[in-house]
Amino acid sequence: MVSRRGVIVALAVVALMAAPACARRSSPPLPLPPQPAPVAPPPVTPAPPAARVQVEDLQPAAPALAEDSLGNRSLDEINRDSPLRPAFFPLDSADLDESGRSVVSSNVEVLKKYPQWVVTIEGHCDERGTAEYNLALGERRAVAVKTYMVSLGIAPDRMRTVSYGKEFPFDQAHTDEAWSRNRRAHFVITAK
Amino acid sequence: MHTTRLRMRGTILAVVTAAVSLWPGPDWATIHAIGGQNQQPEIELVIGGDGGAPPRYAVPDFIAASPDAAEAARTISQVLWDDLGFEREFYLIPRDTYSSVPAARSPEQVPFAAWRELGADAVFFGTVERTGDTVRVQVRLFNVRTRQTVFAKEYSGTAANPRLYAHTIADEVHLQQRALRGVARTKLTFVSDRNRERLLGPVDNREVKEIYISDYDGANQRRITTTRQLNITPSWSPDARAVAYSSYRNITPQIFISLIYQGVLENATKGIGSNYMPVFSPDGTKIAFMSNRDGNPEIYVMNRDGSDVRRLTNHPAGDGSPTWSPTGTQIAFTSDRTGTGRPQIYLMNSADGSNLRRLTTSESYADRPTWSPAPFNEIAYSAGTGAWYDIKVHELATGMVRQITFSEGSNEGPAYSPNGKHLAFTSTRAGGTQIFTIGRDGRGLTQVTRSGNNTMPAWSQ
Repeated sequence: MVSRRGVIVALAVVALMAAPACARRSSPPLPLPPQPAPVAPPPVTPAPPAARVQVEDLQPAAPALAEDSLGNRSLDEINRDSPLRPAFFPLDSADLDESGRSVVSSNVEVLKKYPQWVVTIEGHCDERGTAEYNLALGERRAVAVKTYMVSLGIAPDRMRTVSYGKEFPFDQAHTDEAWSRNRRAHFVITAK
Repeated sequence: MHTTRLRMRGTILAVVTAAVSLWPGPDWATIHAIGGQNQQPEIELVIGGDGGAPPRYAVPDFIAASPDAAEAARTISQVLWDDLGFEREFYLIPRDTYSSVPAARSPEQVPFAAWRELGADAVFFGTVERTGDTVRVQVRLFNVRTRQTVFAKEYSGTAANPRLYAHTIADEVHLQQRALRGVARTKLTFVSDRNRERLLGPVDNREVKEIYISDYDGANQRRITTTRQLNITPSWSPDARAVAYSSYRNITPQIFISLIYQGVLENATKGIGSNYMPVFSPDGTKIAFMSNRDGNPEIYVMNRDGSDVRRLTNHPAGDGSPTWSPTGTQIAFTSDRTGTGRPQIYLMNSADGSNLRRLTTSESYADRPTWSPAPFNEIAYSAGTGAWYDIKVHELATGMVRQITFSEGSNEGPAYSPNGKHLAFTSTRAGGTQIFTIGRDGRGLTQVTRSGNNTMPAWSQ
């Protein structure tokens, strides 16, 4: 909805917040260019200059926020904009593939920076399996991630596994794309 | 006066004080004699149908003996008709065809000739009298041919749930006429997201799921958890006074046992690992469940209070979905040890996991076994059929498999009624995911839930 070319993160946030107000004025809603100043002040804490990162830099793994601000935020705030990214699984599989392992190792780097963090690894499945088997499959996915993280040096007692089966799809659609996004291990930081 | 205590199993409305007495009418001595010394053997208690056909029953409106009993009288007669029809032991003559038959105000006025012309073999006459918050229900069942009373009872108790009187009459008539344990007073438990509440916590877009109970026919649906969290895989204790389930209220799922009529909640797994799918042993003393406590999903058995946890499976694949055999000596379960995403059903001894063998060999995907009660000797399960699932039944004596649903939506999660004649299951055939019941012969489909999505049914004793 908003042109992302050359827009810094902070400005993108402001534009997103302003979009509903713009839409109310004009119907049908049109994608408007980001308004520079007169919009309401951003309700979130403005990112410090150090956190001004190019959008395209966000596409790979790296946590976008400065460590200091991360350490000072509440668990809920950290999890809402988590530096730990979900790892996705192939169909009918509880094995991490190459991209899954790469995501998990970048999460491991984050956990090494914050040695006090404890995480819950949630295993999720797409809706095509039965509810009961998906509880076992989701657990196996979470266990596979935990095992890999232990091999990369994270202490087992910093991780708990839990399966949500197909109870909490990330994407409610009934498409291949949605299903591939729902077969995942999701990381929740539960103590810091 | 001959009175017995009515077993009011599983009602939150606490109708426990209702008493039953035999009707002190002219037939009382007859009924009593048949039940006791058998002095009048010429009276045939069981009403038959024509030429071996199922007997045809009529259930006209019960008579309101007081003005404020009209609604209860209508409810009781309609629910009685529904209950008797559910077991499909009788043919129930549709109630909208009774207009040709004059209404009787007393048992002496029952127009047997008119009922015979309508093809009825059996007809009820009932009265409902209300006094404040209590009702008194009197009911007789007549053999239309002999004009004799074959069943006569009186019930009294709270007016809060008139359906319970109908359920009780239906169960007693099924027992007397067909030696069948009816299910009219049994209950379901299931999972529902109908409140559309958002989960508390850091992750957006997750909906609360709570545990519900209802009558077998979907009436009186009530929520029994209020955690605003995820609660799944409920099952009944054999005495139908407790529901065990997995709750994520403390992040990792723990098995809780809710004594639903006492308001007591017990945590059986005490925070150790993640624990799912609790099922009570037939004697109620043990619970089988799936847990990751040793690092992988395996089947465990513990005492009901959480003590003496024993591990029954040991395999790097996932083992889950336990169900007990009727005698409690075996457990059927699901394992994907032949391939991830291709679960199959296995059997083992419940004492130590020995005598392990695979049950399903001709399915691409088989999950959620449910062992039938005796006298049936079969296991129902969710079977992959094309893109989705159908309910199938594996007969243990013969190895024969019969299919119950045929790809009307996706059908999952079968649970047997306590008499083994019916299965509850989930289906997407009506929009969303809803709970249905169906006969073990695949006939008599009934939709039970309609609000929100409803999954994981279990049926009480």
